[in-house]
Amino acid sequence: MQSPGALEISRRDLLVASAATVTVASTASLSHSQTNAPAASQSTKVSFTVNGERRELQLDNRTTLLDALREHLHLTGTKKGCDHGQCGACTVLIDGRRVNACLTLAAMHEGEGITTIEGLGQPGSLHPMQAAFVEHDGFQCGYCTPGQICSSVAMLEEMKVNIPSHATGDLLAPAEVTPAEIRERMSGNICRCGAYSNIVQAITEVAGRKA
Amino acid sequence: MRFDTPATTNPIDQGKVVGQRIHRIDGPLKTTGRAVYAYEWHDPNTRYAYGYVVGSAIAKGRIGSMDVSAAKQAPGVIAVVTSDGIGELKKGKYNTAKLFGGTEIQHYHQAIAVVVAETFEEARAAAALVKVDYAEQKGVFDLAAAKDTAVTPKEGEPDSAAGDFDAAFETAAVKFDQSYTTPDQSHAMMEPHASIAAWNGDDLTVWTSSQMIDWWRTDLATTLGIDKEKVHIMSPFIGGGFGCKLFLRADAVLAALAAREAKRPVKVALPRPFLMNNTTHRPATIQRIRIGAERNGRITAIAHESWSGDLPGGGPEVAVQQTRLLYAGANRMTATRLATLDLPEGNAMRAPGEAPGMMALEIAIDEVAERLGLDPVEFRIVNDTQVDPENRERPFSHRNLVGCLRTGAERFGWQDRNKQPGTRREGNWLVGMGVASAFRNNLVLPSGARVRLDREGIVTVETDMTDIGTGSYTIIAQTAAEMLGVPVDKVAVSLGDSRFPVSSGSGGQFGGNCSTAGVYAACVKLREAVAQKLGFNSSDELTFAEGEVGAGDRRVPLAQAASDESLVVEDRIEFGDLDKTHQQSTFGAHFVEVGVDVATGETRIRRMLAVCGAGRILNPITARSQVIGAMTMGVGGALSEELVVDKERGFFVNHDLAAYEVPVHADIPHQEVIFLDETDPMSSPMKAKGIAELGLCGVAAAVANGIYNATGIRVREYPITLDKLINELPEVS
Ligand code: FES
Ligand code: FES
Repeated sequence: MQSPGALEISRRDLLVASAATVTVASTASLSHSQTNAPAASQSTKVSFTVNGERRELQLDNRTTLLDALREHLHLTGTKKGCDHGQCGACTVLIDGRRVNACLTLAAMHEGEGITTIEGLGQPGSLHPMQAAFVEHDGFQCGYCTPGQICSSVAMLEEMKVNIPSHATGDLLAPAEVTPAEIRERMSGNICRCGAYSNIVQAITEVAGRKA
Repeated sequence: MRFDTPATTNPIDQGKVVGQRIHRIDGPLKTTGRAVYAYEWHDPNTRYAYGYVVGSAIAKGRIGSMDVSAAKQAPGVIAVVTSDGIGELKKGKYNTAKLFGGTEIQHYHQAIAVVVAETFEEARAAAALVKVDYAEQKGVFDLAAAKDTAVTPKEGEPDSAAGDFDAAFETAAVKFDQSYTTPDQSHAMMEPHASIAAWNGDDLTVWTSSQMIDWWRTDLATTLGIDKEKVHIMSPFIGGGFGCKLFLRADAVLAALAAREAKRPVKVALPRPFLMNNTTHRPATIQRIRIGAERNGRITAIAHESWSGDLPGGGPEVAVQQTRLLYAGANRMTATRLATLDLPEGNAMRAPGEAPGMMALEIAIDEVAERLGLDPVEFRIVNDTQVDPENRERPFSHRNLVGCLRTGAERFGWQDRNKQPGTRREGNWLVGMGVASAFRNNLVLPSGARVRLDREGIVTVETDMTDIGTGSYTIIAQTAAEMLGVPVDKVAVSLGDSRFPVSSGSGGQFGGNCSTAGVYAACVKLREAVAQKLGFNSSDELTFAEGEVGAGDRRVPLAQAASDESLVVEDRIEFGDLDKTHQQSTFGAHFVEVGVDVATGETRIRRMLAVCGAGRILNPITARSQVIGAMTMGVGGALSEELVVDKERGFFVNHDLAAYEVPVHADIPHQEVIFLDETDPMSSPMKAKGIAELGLCGVAAAVANGIYNATGIRVREYPITLDKLINELPEVS
């Protein structure tokens, strides 16, 4: 057993130590970024289906799935917010699972089925989640929105098959679509406009409608 | 149309469309990925090239030499444009630091080159091959250390005074004197700065992400040394701005220069890590607040001083301005001081001045209330004022701060708050409630619009106004629909194009009221043109309703006025001095319930309520979204947002979204917003005022006050991270 005093010190030291680590790591990666070695362009042929349509591309190996969609297929509904896997704006569905398209290379998805926001619905025939976002004003600038919608569609599927989250109390009981579960599972999708409260209402409505 | 006398009854008062819960008309585009943002313009017949920015690796000094030979030979590279190669460019009016050009380095990640290649991957790889020799100079990066060197800024009103603060404070029954700090903050909007530039001879078209089309157009022309008439800016959808897209930014300049060099349209986006150090941020402040009060709670003396820093030629964060107006008190002073720092440019971020000012002031008010043994809601009410406290002849146009506080207290269950801090415990959680006033001035700027009626009865509005998530498309459509008596789906709105009349733009929470007032003015003109065309007498009392124009027994379809040719009119709203004779401001109250984990010091927001009195609410859906978004940003400011300064090398270390922590879903509970039913005839014919920044002012202090109520720990240095609580939390049992 630790005494309260010892616990206090270790907690504080832990904070100091982790803060210092963050600083050093960021600085180091910065100077490094100015001195990368040259890379000759090499390309790969890749084919996959996007929104049900078969697409074949000859791509620079470094091309992310996100840039393949946006710059090569001109499906710009999928957004680039950070290009670092930190914001979720680029969320797409690959064979039904949500993926940050900026964190994966296009060449890795040979033969797979990709769904983007354009594949979920169109103006005039909105997917229920798109309609719920409009109804509950689950967005403002709209830039995080395609990612939020793709993420929430896949997230509800994850709950159906009982994939647990940090907010799940009982791992053996069927997952319940509670606000706490939605917030936890959607936390990889940042909305700087701060539409979270409305987004949770939109998702809750769709989940309820489905149930 | 000149607006210089208070608005009387006008068609907007019908409230058939304006003020109604109408869903965003751009909603289907945004939710399906069909809204096209700056970097996404695509002409299938154009081969775009990609530009990738190189930023300075030092904070201050000069470029000795740049070696671009390896970059130029890299695969796919078309051109390399360097700042030392291009020489000095003229700086636009609104920027403090120059965006590109010359050999001087003013801040870290200042743009020094753009590498253009066939693909994004090639441009990025080649940009890493640019070798730079710097002659580094020592800079000043630490505000606290530079505080004593701060000077009185030359512009604005750095000092204000009324009565005799020193004497009144000296003799006050209760004296309070405390200091607070707020950190540098980043806008961190989700769409990074991005531009596509295309030259056609001398004509330049730029698709970009701009809050203020005309400011960008002017400053881009200045920077490039070309005629403003040659520059065409397009910015119909903007992925958030919060002030970061008010002023021309490097992406537009680099794209234009790169496209000229490459002789092809070029796309440039700033990578996310450039946002913090290449663009602008909200500057950190050190603030001192002194309050003298009588035992009955009346403030007799109030002083607020603020120190911030910026690059040479920059301005201060005016964190004291709300203190000049928010509470009564005969004896008062404020002072704003500015230190020179070599950090990136400090500039406007959502509620500039007021947001950090209220972060400090509203903790101070909570502290004084406690000292007096008064409820913090009551203490604020006791010190309400209906006139400008510095000039008692000058009334507020409309002020119901008291209504906001009372309504909020009742709806939030404020009476259940434990007066004794640190005494409500639920399991591992210490629970507390906090309150703060919200306050932000209402600004008015001229705004123009063009309206067209066609033979189908469709009304088209064109203005260079922008929609940065605020709902401009929708409220402008509502305004035109109300004025012309048509449903919203008969109105088409085109925004963000420099070929349209110059508007107020989006900033300072002036856009909603001013741009709709401009549309109102144009619609008044269109009504006159319609009446004339349809042969109504100018003396007729005309109604525009249900797609028809009527007077007496005669009713004519509106579209008939355009049966042979479209009617097109243009006008703008200009404001007289009603904002001088009357203080126009917006008011609110924020209530927050927090839980603080007794073991870890982690703070969680449990409940939030905002009550706002901000004139006519043009659309309760979009207005509410503005407020909940601001409340969310306020939670970030309270608990996590801080640009960490490397005081040796002079840059913001945590320059990405992993390390600069904005609130995520899990941080934000369900939020409640109440709008008081009011109008302000002094503000404009719309009788509306701003809302988007009001929603942010005071939120962080309400959180801080809630944390104090939960734990008994008063933190005066934002953000209130767990390390600032943990040493004083009760022993874990
Ligand atoms: S763009 Fe992929 S996570 Fe941000
Ligand atoms: S709607 Fe703007 S970031 Fe979410």
